[in-house]
Amino acid sequence: MSDDSPTYVTDEMRAAQGQWGQSRTSPPITETDIRRWAMATHYPQQPPRIYRDSEYAATTRWGGIVAPPDFNPFAWPVERPRGGGAPGLSGRRPDGRPLTGMNGGQTDTYGVPMRPGDVISARSRLVDWWEREGRLGHTLYVRTEIEWRNQNDELVRTRFSIGIRY
Amino acid sequence: MAIDFDSVNVGDKLPEWSRRTGFAEWNRYAAVNEEFVPFHMDDEAGRRAGNEQGAFGMGNLRYAYIVNALHDWIGDEGIVREVGCQYRAINQKNDVLTVVGEVTGKSRADGENRVRLDINVVNQDGGATCPGHAVVVLPSIGQTQR
Repeated sequence: MSDDSPTYVTDEMRAAQGQWGQSRTSPPITETDIRRWAMATHYPQQPPRIYRDSEYAATTRWGGIVAPPDFNPFAWPVERPRGGGAPGLSGRRPDGRPLTGMNGGQTDTYGVPMRPGDVISARSRLVDWWEREGRLGHTLYVRTEIEWRNQNDELVRTRFSIGIRY
Repeated sequence: MAIDFDSVNVGDKLPEWSRRTGFAEWNRYAAVNEEFVPFHMDDEAGRRAGNEQGAFGMGNLRYAYIVNALHDWIGDEGIVREVGCQYRAINQKNDVLTVVGEVTGKSRADGENRVRLDINVVNQDGGATCPGHAVVVLPSIGQTQR
């Protein structure tokens, strides 16, 4: 990229690269959270019994209800972090106008399943980024690593996610 | 009904898994994932975000469909170990999305029987919206007997 190309990369991003941010903790997962998640993602059909029928789930290898791997225990927190994290970590236009964000994709590796009663802790860090001219104009791609562990410090999920900012 | 590792072969196809998507599906997903982003809820906001047809669906919901398709295939005795995908095309209102996949490899690692697949989510026009891969863990015949 030539020196006069625009960049949305900020000094805050450069300073944060590779540094784990503060950990945050989910509310305890309930059977209702899991059932509603599964019903929403299977709508209009019924979700599998492993997500909604505790008697059946007890007969499986899991010994009880487990959450779908894609379940998000961080939705609907009672208290949320102020400001949604440090400013500038998602990139910024040189003229200061806000960027539009989109989800570019992810790769998740799953460890132990999430279960009712679990409390999940998450931490994340900026891995790297790149910019290019796309159909939406100048576009910044940011790769973030997000690690989830349960209350027993067992690894639940590692995600490498690509955020698109334009 | 569980499938077992030994009966799976490279080239096998994932059973197709489809949903027609629109506000009924997106709003339910927004509710459980607390994903109330204007361009998923409002046509004007979708156009302002660069999509002429208006509001569009969540990438995360397509991801959920991939996970659901894998789970329906492997059953409750299997494990979804890894899923990765890129969101390449927009999920427009009333798209019929179908998860497709094909087995590309089998291996034994860390005491697990692993099956790797190429996956995608295609729309009603055959457009590939979400290329990716998955790794699932399957029991072998001896392990499936309970």
